[in-house]
Amino acid sequence: MSGAATFIEAFADEVGAEGPVAVGGGRTRWSVGGALDADARVLRAPVGIVDYQPEEMTVRVGAGTAVSDLHGVLAERRQRSALPERPGGTVGGALMVGESSRYRLGRGHVRDALLQAVYVGAEGQTVKAGGPTVKNVSGFDLCRALVGSLGTLGLVAEVILRTQPIADASEWRRADGVEPWSLPVRLATASAVLFDGTTTWVHLEGHPGDVASDAASIENEGFVRTDGPPEMPAHRWSLTPAALAGLDHDSENPYVAEVGVGTVHRTQAQPAPSLDPMALELNRRIKAQFDPTGRLNPGRLPF
Amino acid sequence: MLGRKRSSSRRTHDPCAAALIEAIGAEKVQVDSAHRALASRDASIYSGGSAGPLCFPTSTADVQACVRVAAEHGRAIVPRGAGTGLAGGTVPLGEPVVISTTRMNRIVEIDTDNRVAWVEPGVVNLDLTRQLAPLGFHFAPDPSSQQVCTIGGNVANNSGGPHCLADGVTTSHVLAIEVVLSDGQVVMLGGLEADSPGYDLRGCFVGSEGLMGIATRVAVRLTPDRPAVRTLLLAFDEVRDCAAVVGAVIAEGIVPAALEMMDKNTVVAVEAFVGAGYPTDAAAVLLVEVDGLDAGVSAHAARIAEIGRAGGATSVREAADDEERALLWKGRKTAFGAIARIKPDYYLHDTVVPRGALPDMLETIHDIVERHDLMVLNVFHAGDGNLHPILAFDGREPGVYDRVHDAGDEIVKASLAVGGTLSGEHGIGVEKRDYMTLLFSAADLDHQNRLRQAFDPFCRANPGKVLPSGHSCADIQALTAAPKSVWV
Ligand SMILES: Cc1cc2nc3c(=O)[nH]c(=O)nc-3n(C[C@H](O)[C@H](O)[C@H](O)COP(=O)(O)OP(=O)(O)OC[C@H]3O[C@@H](n4cnc5c(N)ncnc54)[C@H](O)[C@@H]3O)c2cc1C
Repeated sequence: MSGAATFIEAFADEVGAEGPVAVGGGRTRWSVGGALDADARVLRAPVGIVDYQPEEMTVRVGAGTAVSDLHGVLAERRQRSALPERPGGTVGGALMVGESSRYRLGRGHVRDALLQAVYVGAEGQTVKAGGPTVKNVSGFDLCRALVGSLGTLGLVAEVILRTQPIADASEWRRADGVEPWSLPVRLATASAVLFDGTTTWVHLEGHPGDVASDAASIENEGFVRTDGPPEMPAHRWSLTPAALAGLDHDSENPYVAEVGVGTVHRTQAQPAPSLDPMALELNRRIKAQFDPTGRLNPGRLPF
Repeated sequence: MLGRKRSSSRRTHDPCAAALIEAIGAEKVQVDSAHRALASRDASIYSGGSAGPLCFPTSTADVQACVRVAAEHGRAIVPRGAGTGLAGGTVPLGEPVVISTTRMNRIVEIDTDNRVAWVEPGVVNLDLTRQLAPLGFHFAPDPSSQQVCTIGGNVANNSGGPHCLADGVTTSHVLAIEVVLSDGQVVMLGGLEADSPGYDLRGCFVGSEGLMGIATRVAVRLTPDRPAVRTLLLAFDEVRDCAAVVGAVIAEGIVPAALEMMDKNTVVAVEAFVGAGYPTDAAAVLLVEVDGLDAGVSAHAARIAEIGRAGGATSVREAADDEERALLWKGRKTAFGAIARIKPDYYLHDTVVPRGALPDMLETIHDIVERHDLMVLNVFHAGDGNLHPILAFDGREPGVYDRVHDAGDEIVKASLAVGGTLSGEHGIGVEKRDYMTLLFSAADLDHQNRLRQAFDPFCRANPGKVLPSGHSCADIQALTAAPKSVWV
């Protein structure tokens, strides 16, 4: 029996079929979606890279593996995943929270990284969602249901992720007082455009010649090389890309906005957005279908 | 009925049809046998469908009205776009109310600030891209059927296309979907915000093949056109070499915009049809496109040519201008039409294998087809391992359908045996419904069914598709006939 199969079985045994249970990752986003009930058993998901296929651009990995460890191994073959790296953050945690990295503009949404997930359902059964190939439309897309679910539909043991090549060149540029809104379309190599109301940061990545030509095209607007992105405030707001232009400067609640994406990092939390009543009903039905007794990550809900 | 002119408002004995006419108007409901016969098929070879009343709503409210009438009469509903599906997804089983979106074909809004277009589901894929062209954008998914297939069908099937290799399939390009559920309620899934609260309902709906409701409005992402494009045609004497170069390119960390493979049979057929200038003496060709900015595009094109030559390419031709590029693509995009001139019928398969398995898999397909005395043409999305073996045949030949079926069965199983999957883009529909148990356990299928039931607790939307009987809430005896029995 392969190592992966045994570690999944052992994890399924731990989850069992009864009693409140949760998975703790790096606890980097532990409060998102509510506080976990105190009586829940907290487990660790399996750790380790099971199978890395650089030529297929896929990697099979235990959900408890740290994203930074995974990225360390992928980097040896000049690849990475679209998952965000947070100190101590795990692969499963990044997927269950579903927050994309600040490079989403160029590297895509975190949900597009998940090809297959093996998880343990509320009744203790092992379930496979998706498949190992980079393209797949066989059956309903349970993987999309899992990403961002905060572990409330199933506890993920192991996943297969899509990897991406690491670009040969990348650099940050910044400028003050420029109009940032057209940059995502004007700069083909931009993987992030950040704006705090005054300063714009641009991350360019790609072929060295392309990065150089994009950089040259904005030089006369005052863009200069810089070490990295600004410090990002802790809370995430979700707006439409067009709404970013309407953000007012507020010294109590400063922001860094992801231009072209709509995510805004602020010091204060976003007032809870209201869900369309029918969408709320669908969320409730999904939860009830997958976890009728509410034992998975009790206390937390993404809606 | 003798001597009476066929008309949509013709009196009908079906009380459900009468109620539909009452609800949305006689001009939007067809009950005559000619219309129903048309709506009983899609582009696959399944012919076991049987349509009930055929509705042509022009608004979300119309769709709601149709769905409610169907529910009141205990009838299932089947959404229908252009009917180009290849898995029988829109083939109606058990005389359901068929809801065609073809008259909901308006591009409602193009919002470049949010880089999104709101469209009705019946908008034809290529029409949208044509509308966007002057603005410097396009809709990335480009199924080979894009001249006719609808955005609603693309969403329901999570369709792909040659240019989805680097940019991703439909799900990566849909932000929000207005859906009429099977009880007539309307719900907005997803939104234009960076992330929507709650579960990814939008992501669950994409690829649901009409089993989670009817999309009535879709917000699709606009992809900026890239300034530089280069298109290469590599020819090989050996199919194996050609397939191996696919893996070698990807292994270098180059993800081209498109990476398509065509075998000799296809090349010969295409050449006779449109004269794209493909080398008919080659065993296989690769059509590769890279796009982006000048430096990267030139470097990648040069590197791909090098990898190709090192891997046995006998010639590498680059399109000198847009005209030549269009010609090379015309060959690829008209391949299906070309095949129709060789044999009257074809059965197009759709499986995915790991890219590394392509060389062996193509040999396996060749052997299978030879054993069943059939002809195969391979023209497919090689870059992501998405095979499309086309079995061309003449349906008048006695016993040929059994051979086609058996060969197809073996191809599917061989794909799964090398770690592949059932469908890369055409979906499961009725075609592969009963293969699902080969890929998924009872627990896996149970969870897929739970997701579907959250959207459609009554199992009224497109029953009998995707989930095999015994794993589906629509376990209605009348709908569980094995796929073989719905063959011509
Ligand atoms: C020559 C040819 C080439 C093709 N090439 C490709 C290709 O490259 N890539 C690819 O992915 N596919 C391809 N296809 C398959 C097909 O064109 C796609 O699946 C397409 O997206 C179907 O769109 P349609 O409008 O024809 O949908 P239909 O065939 O009418 O319906 C397909 C499914 O979608 C459902 N549906 C339709 N509209 C809605 C709606 N509004 N709401 C909910 N459900 C709905 C139907 O119930 C059905 O299950 C090809 C087909 C042909 C004939």
